[in-house]
Amino acid sequence: MKTFARALCGAVSMIAVTAAAPALAEPKAEVLHYWTSGGEAKAVQALQEAFAARGGEWVDAPVAGGGGDAQAAVLRARVLAGDPPAAVQIKGPNIQEWAEAGALGDLTAVATAQDWDKVLPEAIQNIVKYEGKYVAVPVNVHRVDWIWANPEVLAKVGAEVPTTWEEFNETADKLQAAGIIPLAHGGQPWQDATVFETVVLGIGGTDFYRKALVELDMDALGSDTMIAVFDQMRKMRGYVDPDFPGRDWNLATAMVMRGEAAMQIMGDWAKGEFAAAGKVPGVDYVCASTPSDNGYLLNSDSFAMFNVSGDDNVEGQAVLAELILGTEFQETFNLFKGSIPARTDVPRAEFDDCAIKSMDDMVAAAEGGTLLGSMAHEIAQAGAVRGAFIDVATAHFNSDMSSQDAVDQLVKAIKLAQ
Amino acid sequence: MSDAARYSAPRPWSALILRVLLWFVLIVFAIWFLLPAYVVVGTSLKDLDEIRGGSLLALPHELNFSAWRHAWSEACIGVECTGLKPYFWNSVSMALPGVVVSTLLGALTGYALTKWKFKGANLVFALILFGCFVPFQVVILPMAQTLGKIGITNTVYGLILVHSVYGLAFTTLFFRNYYVTIPDELVRAATIDGAGFFTIFHRIILPLSPPIIVVSVIWQFTQIWNDFLFGASFTTGGAQPITVAMNNLVNTTTGVKQYNVDMAAALITAAPTLLVYIFAGRYFVRGLTAGSVKG
Amino acid sequence: MLTRPPVKFIDRIARALPQIVVAPGFAAILYFVYGFIIWTGYISLTKSKMLPNYTLIGTRPYERLFQMDRWSVAIENLFIFGFLFVFVSVIVGCLLAVLLDQKIRAEGFIRTIYLYPMAISFIITGTAWKWIMNPSLGLEKVIRDWGWESFRFGWTVDNNLAIYALVMAAVWQASGFAMALFLSALRSVDQDIIKAASLDGASPWRIYLRIILPSMRPVFMSAMVILSHLAIKSFDLVVALTGGGPGYASTLPANFMYEMTFRRNEIAVGAASAMVMLATVAAIMVPYLYSELRGKKHV
Repeated sequence: MKTFARALCGAVSMIAVTAAAPALAEPKAEVLHYWTSGGEAKAVQALQEAFAARGGEWVDAPVAGGGGDAQAAVLRARVLAGDPPAAVQIKGPNIQEWAEAGALGDLTAVATAQDWDKVLPEAIQNIVKYEGKYVAVPVNVHRVDWIWANPEVLAKVGAEVPTTWEEFNETADKLQAAGIIPLAHGGQPWQDATVFETVVLGIGGTDFYRKALVELDMDALGSDTMIAVFDQMRKMRGYVDPDFPGRDWNLATAMVMRGEAAMQIMGDWAKGEFAAAGKVPGVDYVCASTPSDNGYLLNSDSFAMFNVSGDDNVEGQAVLAELILGTEFQETFNLFKGSIPARTDVPRAEFDDCAIKSMDDMVAAAEGGTLLGSMAHEIAQAGAVRGAFIDVATAHFNSDMSSQDAVDQLVKAIKLAQ
Repeated sequence: MSDAARYSAPRPWSALILRVLLWFVLIVFAIWFLLPAYVVVGTSLKDLDEIRGGSLLALPHELNFSAWRHAWSEACIGVECTGLKPYFWNSVSMALPGVVVSTLLGALTGYALTKWKFKGANLVFALILFGCFVPFQVVILPMAQTLGKIGITNTVYGLILVHSVYGLAFTTLFFRNYYVTIPDELVRAATIDGAGFFTIFHRIILPLSPPIIVVSVIWQFTQIWNDFLFGASFTTGGAQPITVAMNNLVNTTTGVKQYNVDMAAALITAAPTLLVYIFAGRYFVRGLTAGSVKG
Repeated sequence: MLTRPPVKFIDRIARALPQIVVAPGFAAILYFVYGFIIWTGYISLTKSKMLPNYTLIGTRPYERLFQMDRWSVAIENLFIFGFLFVFVSVIVGCLLAVLLDQKIRAEGFIRTIYLYPMAISFIITGTAWKWIMNPSLGLEKVIRDWGWESFRFGWTVDNNLAIYALVMAAVWQASGFAMALFLSALRSVDQDIIKAASLDGASPWRIYLRIILPSMRPVFMSAMVILSHLAIKSFDLVVALTGGGPGYASTLPANFMYEMTFRRNEIAVGAASAMVMLATVAAIMVPYLYSELRGKKHV
């Protein structure tokens, strides 16, 4: 049946091609991704439609689950079988590792033609380039260090969104005294790590963040500042309701919406939840960056192009790369997804206030040298090192481990993972 | 029932108390077994507001099948908004051959290992049995390499092969333990009459086998149908089995969750195996009774 | 052993037929089970990171494995989970089988209720139980709303209890199957012996304990194999029910192996954990299978 359908498709497109287009290899791309539902699926559909409009055949290979948990196995299986998909949704240092393994193709031709060097911020270029060559295409930028707050609830205790961590603690204590959950949180390791990295950024500052989480400086990791970070994490643990373990992040967001909790620390995909419930930014909820010295924790999704054979596939990759970084798609996609475009010259008219703030802050942070990759979301670290950070952060948050023990464990775990 | 029950003759009043107690225990367990089903079915029939606002265990206000329709034929899975419908047939085309091959192979192996005991037959059996314990996560990478070398990666044949091999350990266990209970004399008499290996299998063993074939088929069907990991790793796009499609529908990292559709999708995915257990469950128990568990 | 016909040339093939028939399946098992185990064992001694790499570096991956707190938690959990799961499933299965054996009306109906969980994948049951055990959504809330304010059922959110939440969901899934096995075994016990015993005045309790249950011993092999394979392969249930949490308090070796191999680019460590897991299984199952298969004509 499938072969029949394929043959039919082939025949139809053959006719179409001979009738209309000059004889070029018909672009084709198998795309392995984990954006399978809701706004994400819509965003991918937009890409597929644009690809089809260019005469491309899109082979969809979605594998959802846990931010790519299941996809990771599929990708390795496909590569080992000698049959990698054309475009794969991977990010951060994983791109470098795959490139180092010689698995990725070269996008220099498209990149030069489209002048990617001009339109992409350097921080993002560093993610998608390997040895000076483009091997992946960035799709978006998510900011991680956000506080999503319910202004009505904060007003109950006469507070506003805190701008320092002392203020955060004061506000949280007041909220707690008033019987309101200060912090809505879902106890899954990646969420614990998300809060952890914003606290590192806030308590330690951007330089400390860079030393500890990016450069893995052992002195920084074992420092008193890190102890202070874990002290704050222990406080945060007290601001969370007892039922938090295992909760999905969107349920935590719903707690803020319903006014059960005052704030949530989460990346800007949380906006999608608010939007789905018909909430308006600035009115029903407030977005503010977590307290820090103008830091910006960046999370960027991208598609890496794997080495494939056949003109149609190579052509498909080129078309796909061009489309993904095109202004039009960057706008449509990021409006669906709640993130901001990876390229800096996309019209801003359609984006909401939170997105505009994110864009401005990113430019400012890039100039001030405070634009940093997220550890929890696989930009600053990936694989074993990220795993070690997450293990310690989540183990500390979910037990009564002392800050000193946590720091000792952290140093040991990072050494072990390197 | 066994005769233990029949021959016990306690006095009437204590018999009554025991009876009440017996039913009490049985019903408590029944509630425990049905609770998750109730939650899943109930949720699939509610709309989203009712789920967000109400209690998990509350009855739905009205029967609302829109989530079911959505999951079956409208929901977007990746870029294709086809619902689970097309993936259903992928699973069928994978499960049926997988079940047939592993059952047939298991029957022949079990038969050869019991009725034609050769030297080392027990060792062979033990070695095959150990195959039950290998977690699938362990074999993904070497399996990917192997399938790549044979050239059947990303095809339904690859999946059939994988499921047949790892199912063989179980089917062999079932058939072997069943066939040991068939008297050797039956086979011996037939050999004296000049019947060969396959003739005896065909004429004597197979006609005695339906109960255990049912067991094996139900077991294998459930295992293969419910597999996610192999299906996700060794197929792609439109060829994916329904469990992978269901996972794609339900799982979202940074998207909005529609619990009623999720639950309806889960039920649709589980429907074939559930029906098999509900309608063939009695044959399953009967098949086990017929001897597979005897010493 | 059967009496063999006299050896003629053509009979040679006929005599080897059983081996020939067993050969393809056995060869497949040798390759796909033992070949892969050897491959995994080799990889566990290499410097494989993101993709398999065949450069040997000795036992370093094992040393790293045993320094990881996550691994010690996982392996300890496997013992708690595996033992409790098999033990409780057998007890519950046995109990239900004996109860159902008491001339119950609607037996078929009740049996189906007990058996159906086995039909559903762990992903679905895990999700359902996750909701039910969620303190602010599920059973705890319902019972508190009924007025029992101090009721606590927060197993999945408690570091020390999460592993028991897994046990409970797994027992729910598999005890019906154990029940089916035992029920069928109960019904194939030789009725004459029971008759004789009860004529001798033995109480039903005694008959069950002394005659019926011991005669069911062989069924324990099937039950053990099936239940322990479920215990060792438990992966989906953890993912769906607790996600390994809180923290990684309820993670199991299969989850650890997956995490290392596919998420942390530590294929060698993942392979090492797989080898330790398989060795543990072998240490428990091999003596058991040996004693069951040896000396007796049947199992």
